[in-house]
Amino acid sequence: MTSKKLNMKEKYSLLTRDLEWEYSYRDYEEIFKQESFEGIKITDWSKWEDPFRLTMDSYWKYQAEKEKKLYAIFDAFAQNNGQQNVTDARYVNAIKLFLTGVSPLEYQAYNGFAHTGRQFGGVGARVACQMQALDELRHVQTQIHAMSHYNKHFDGFQDFPHMHDRVWYLSVPKSFFDDARSAGPFEFMVAIGFSFEYVLTNLLFVPFMSGAAYNGDMATVTFGFSAQSDEARHMTLGLEIIKFLLEQHPDNVPIVQRWINKWLWRGYRVLTLVAMMMDYMLPNKVMSWQESFEVYFEEAATSLFKDLARYGIEMPDYAADAIAEKEHLSHQAWSIFYNYGHAAAFHTWMPTDQEMDWLSEKYPNTFDKYYRPRYEKWREMEEAGERFYNPTLPMLCQTCQIPMGFTDMENPTMTSYRQSVYDGERYNFCSNGCKDIFDYEPEKYVQAWLPVHQIYQGNCGGAEMEDVLGEYYRINLGTDNLDFHGSPDEARWNAWHNLQPAEDKLKKAS
Amino acid sequence: MSIEIKTSTLEPIRHTFEHTKRRFGDKPASRYQEASYDIAPEKNFHYRPMWQPDKLLNDSSRTAIVMEDWYAYRDPRQYYYGTYVQARAKLQEVTESNYAFFDKRGFADRMSDEVKAKIIRCLVPLRHMELGANMNNVLCCAYGTSTVLTQAFLYNGMDRLGIAQYLSRIGLLLDGNSTDGLAKAKEHWMTDSAWQGLRRYTENTLVVEDWFEVFIAQDVVLDTLIYDLMYRQFDEKITEEGGSDLAMLIEFMQEWHKDNSRWVDATLKSTVAESEHNKELIGRWVADWQEKAVADMAPLAEIAVGEEAVNASVEVLNKRLAKAGL
Repeated sequence: MTSKKLNMKEKYSLLTRDLEWEYSYRDYEEIFKQESFEGIKITDWSKWEDPFRLTMDSYWKYQAEKEKKLYAIFDAFAQNNGQQNVTDARYVNAIKLFLTGVSPLEYQAYNGFAHTGRQFGGVGARVACQMQALDELRHVQTQIHAMSHYNKHFDGFQDFPHMHDRVWYLSVPKSFFDDARSAGPFEFMVAIGFSFEYVLTNLLFVPFMSGAAYNGDMATVTFGFSAQSDEARHMTLGLEIIKFLLEQHPDNVPIVQRWINKWLWRGYRVLTLVAMMMDYMLPNKVMSWQESFEVYFEEAATSLFKDLARYGIEMPDYAADAIAEKEHLSHQAWSIFYNYGHAAAFHTWMPTDQEMDWLSEKYPNTFDKYYRPRYEKWREMEEAGERFYNPTLPMLCQTCQIPMGFTDMENPTMTSYRQSVYDGERYNFCSNGCKDIFDYEPEKYVQAWLPVHQIYQGNCGGAEMEDVLGEYYRINLGTDNLDFHGSPDEARWNAWHNLQPAEDKLKKAS
Repeated sequence: MSIEIKTSTLEPIRHTFEHTKRRFGDKPASRYQEASYDIAPEKNFHYRPMWQPDKLLNDSSRTAIVMEDWYAYRDPRQYYYGTYVQARAKLQEVTESNYAFFDKRGFADRMSDEVKAKIIRCLVPLRHMELGANMNNVLCCAYGTSTVLTQAFLYNGMDRLGIAQYLSRIGLLLDGNSTDGLAKAKEHWMTDSAWQGLRRYTENTLVVEDWFEVFIAQDVVLDTLIYDLMYRQFDEKITEEGGSDLAMLIEFMQEWHKDNSRWVDATLKSTVAESEHNKELIGRWVADWQEKAVADMAPLAEIAVGEEAVNASVEVLNKRLAKAGL
């Protein structure tokens, strides 16, 4: 008997789509309970185009090969104490931010895609989500393993899941993902699959990995390369979900548009942490936040939304607001963290002269005018032995949960401030985007677990800051936090390299 | 004699993460431990899920089973993603060469039409049931508590998709890719009276909300019975009837079931040992689902193997339950 040849598409369809059957002992709605409550109309799941046609046997094979190579590098890195080869110990704070702020999001993505991987009525969409769930689990676990060795030689990594559930600035990424996971399955896909993984991934995942590459961090960058093909799969899934929803029914268009508006703003606000990481935390800079924003958001999003115009989707609201902030965002964010350097789980510092010059060059319209004078003042204070720490607690935006430190872009000395009243209570916002998101679903956003409110209400270990930071957050005061200069991290680094304090080294280098 | 390369040694400031240290002591932790314990979010969720407003996002009350510590479990295989995919890659490599060999030697042609028809009728429809198993295990992953459990559920769920795909390939191998075999198998699944009980059972599991009950109905009761019936008894029977080459094509399922059972048994045992409450509840679920499963699989068992087949599988299940303390 000679066998008939089946092409890839036919074969994948027989091995996946054809497994589905029409239920007759139970109703479809009982099995897929969540498919209709968001108002999305699906008329025909068979129109779903599989974004990647990967059967499980190939998946195991390819992924196992990648894992084998990755762990060989992790082993070599640990055996040779590769942490000694990063550009400067300050760099390590960027990956502390990553492990406490981003890796737990990979975990949440694992949860969220498992949820949609069960809830969608179309087997093609379900299987694609399940594979992404598995990949996301891979990412959180390999990130933990990549940073496990750093944890043995630097402070601030050691309690990352505990901190993610509690620490004030980590509620920014946490609430973002909680928001997406608590939404319906289609909104989750637009929020994470499309807005986050497709539109914004080059501004989140990539800068950290490029930062690792530029700063001699072999473990993290190897993870980055290894995850690249997973990320490419996730991007095709994100794009497919949008096209599928828009093609299924015209009534889906306004719902999807509203979700895109919301989630690009919500995601962009989380990127504040990346902006400051890029401009301030990398001893060897990859590019400025502004440059990266222009390439990966302004240019890429413009061409993407040109493509989506034929479905009736427009450039999201607030894009102009984000663009207006690009020359300020990283500086304002770093100032907030420098101010609250005693309450963070990583070190902060003032840029060196050389770094200030780089910032002037990259931000000619804003840095010298608004930020350099402030930094010079803080540096003087530090030199006089009075390093500035802000002892008060900041007010947080009800939606994005970032301290209300952003200014009006027309007038960068005035704090931007919006308010809404709901059910007799007043709520504060940092921006139009955050206010509109609240106003559309106030019953959701009033639930937010705002860290500062919680401290005031006595839910975070006590009334004294030491209780909150030490007991509740489990930050080791004076070890994990405060200025980099004088930290145990710095002392160890200098001992490894027979160095004077890092500033002297940098001065000499320049 | 041994040679010794000198490397610079640096005294670490700690041996592992604080959460692994709290659980396992102040010593270097294994990769399985660092990847599996205490990494799921537990507290201070910001919003109630719109799809289930009476629960938190991660909420251990999605099952009636109660555990003081949901990380009391341990996967005896110590699978985290890396070890999982590498174990499956090894198994698939052997399987791939088996399938290629079967195809190259034209073993399908050595089987009689009766044997082929029997495989299409009795074995290949399981591909649909495996899809149900995929959905059930993914549900346990999505709504279960603690990574040490949920990751194993996802591995199981993906394994079931893989098995459904291998079963589909058996259907294709038997008829030279004409796809008639798969169409016939689906027809059996949909209308053949031998299959209707099992299809009803599967559809009924898909509406159960308590994820631990889903685990009992699917992974403990149904899988134990069906894997014994089909991959042990049917394998022997079809060999007697001249279809011994099928063994090459179902080795994956047999090896997988052995591997997966180690985890199922360990999970069941730890949960039962936790409390009388758990033991009593699981006992009730097992009794309910077992009664249905035995009745629902009887017509298939009779056609596939013979009259005594069901009882033999029930015996295997009972032994397994006894081992877990039930």
